[in-house]
Amino acid sequence: MSTGTARSRLRLPQLDATNGVWAALAVALIVGGTLVALDGGSLFSESSTISLLQRAAGLGIVAVGQTIAILAGSLDLSVAYVISLTSLVAAETMAGSDGMVLPAILAVLAVSAAIGLVNGLLITKLRINAFIATLGVGLLIKGYLEQGYAGPAGSVPTSFQHLGYDRLGPVPLSFLLFAAVAAAVWFTLRGTRYGHHLIATGGDLDVARLSGVRTDRVLIRTHVICSLCAGIAGLYLASRLGAGAPRVGAEGGYDLESIAAVVLGGTVLAGGKGGVTGTVGGVLLLAVIDGVFNQLEVDSFFKQMVRGVVIVAAVAVYALRLRRTSDRRKAAVA
Amino acid sequence: MSTELATSTTPAVKAGLGGGGRSGWGAGSIRPVLIILVLLLVAVGIRQPDFYDPPVLLAFLKRAAPLIILAAGQYFVIVAGDFDLSVGSLVTAEVVIAARLIDGDPAATWPVIALLLGFGLLIGLVNGVVTTLLQVPSFITTLGMYLVLVGAVYTWTGGSPRGALSEEFRMFGRRGIDGVPVLGQLPYAVLVLAGVAVLAVLAMRSDFGKVLLAVGDNPRAARLAGARTARIRTIAFLASGLAAAVAAILLGGFGGVSFQVGQGLEFTAITAVVLGGVVLGGGRGSVAGAMLGALTLQTLLTLLNLLGVSGALSSAVQGLIILAAVAVGTLRRRT
Repeated sequence: MSTGTARSRLRLPQLDATNGVWAALAVALIVGGTLVALDGGSLFSESSTISLLQRAAGLGIVAVGQTIAILAGSLDLSVAYVISLTSLVAAETMAGSDGMVLPAILAVLAVSAAIGLVNGLLITKLRINAFIATLGVGLLIKGYLEQGYAGPAGSVPTSFQHLGYDRLGPVPLSFLLFAAVAAAVWFTLRGTRYGHHLIATGGDLDVARLSGVRTDRVLIRTHVICSLCAGIAGLYLASRLGAGAPRVGAEGGYDLESIAAVVLGGTVLAGGKGGVTGTVGGVLLLAVIDGVFNQLEVDSFFKQMVRGVVIVAAVAVYALRLRRTSDRRKAAVA
Repeated sequence: MSTELATSTTPAVKAGLGGGGRSGWGAGSIRPVLIILVLLLVAVGIRQPDFYDPPVLLAFLKRAAPLIILAAGQYFVIVAGDFDLSVGSLVTAEVVIAARLIDGDPAATWPVIALLLGFGLLIGLVNGVVTTLLQVPSFITTLGMYLVLVGAVYTWTGGSPRGALSEEFRMFGRRGIDGVPVLGQLPYAVLVLAGVAVLAVLAMRSDFGKVLLAVGDNPRAARLAGARTARIRTIAFLASGLAAAVAAILLGGFGGVSFQVGQGLEFTAITAVVLGGVVLGGGRGSVAGAMLGALTLQTLLTLLNLLGVSGALSSAVQGLIILAAVAVGTLRRRT
């Protein structure tokens, strides 16, 4: 695995799938910036930069968790409902009082870790396909939410709302939270034994198991981390909205959007290849496209169409590159 | 590794020979779903004794028809190793397009129906070509198509559906042939369903079906054996698109025109297919199982409704049953 990446890096100057997204981001910034400037606005003004980074934060935190699930050859469709649930857990536990902030955060982390554990156990011990397992768990949470809540519930004290609204210079606190989560996961992938085992598991489950990796344990841990990320995103959204919202996750489309961001970032859907940095690029790219269309006051539905086309086109380009490299490698071997 | 190989070859061989692997308990078998279905049907019968009167039963089948048709379409895609996440948005798009183009004018009905079927095929073609020629994973292709279709429909209508369906269009979902002995009214939807079911089973028994299973089981081996994998997979997407169009025509007859018609149907259809013993990743399972899975899901919803479980909680029960059914299926395979 490691020699494979090293070799491809030697052969291919700079542009493989994971940094292709940065090129796309640069193009989007230049083209989008020019279009907005022609329209008489500015994409790089302080207010639009702030709202751009803020938009990136929520999706980004979820997408970082989704990245490792996909890297491990799995995926998590329950994140949207975990977000809604944890936003409610946070807001209801806090109930407007400053003293309850810490217990609420702990409760959110416990709930999301438990859901991740269930996902992981269903996938590894009962061998249910990840798609069905996380979809089923998502349905369970959805049923609970719809049964118990008609609208927003709980409230968040002002002290906790700082997370959603404060900023350091032009950088929102929430974006720093996203950066911290991304950095932590990046380090876990690069620097720990678990990280290497995760890549091996995603690359080929059987080979990893036969090489002595405890793949079940790796997958369970991965799903716990993925759910924890969704829980953190739920905390952020609770602080942003001031209350828990039973439909915020599903309406934001965080399940499919986070998968789209991961794949945009060059992580292969089948697992084993990719990384967190690419996902950060993918999230920023989606946020920039959003920002440009907002500035141009383009219809939000049209925006969705463009987003769909961009995602498919990007992955098509990656697939093309991958084929070219493998062809070249085959030619070299022959 | 050796056990993996053994389990992955035998059912495929069985499926290839037996036209879909119907015997036994393993993955791809329809026995588990049949048992669940029978249990649910008995429960429904106890709760609602007149359920087995022909008219009531036919009305139930009529309601189940769109989901069963969608599941049949989704089956072709899944058994070839792909996903189609665009069907829900395609159903919505079809209904909204129909309402806007017909706009209450009965004369427009038939041309619009032809157009809808063509549109379904076109979307299937795009999905298939992008997936096979550009080698984009079908999950991403059809996710992109979903975003494009939802966005396009909203943009085209300006945020709320316009126009109205003609009574002739709604006939397929609402009416039937009157005066049939014993049955009373025979709904058109049930006839359409029967037609789709026969076609689907025949397709899977033909050479096409066998190659499709082979492609889903091991694309590389199928290609080396001379199968035109790209063409076969594209045909599967065409079938799914067409099934979505047919389901949309029926659903348009049932209810009103709204953006919610097709919402979430892609996941429901995939769930139904998996419930029917079809394995995600391809190569195993029968189309009859997929359709029975859809019927089972619809029966489950009916039962929950009869038991007075609120709509909200029913999605939780649905999730639980699906997890249990799939878990039992996979545990059986291992032992």
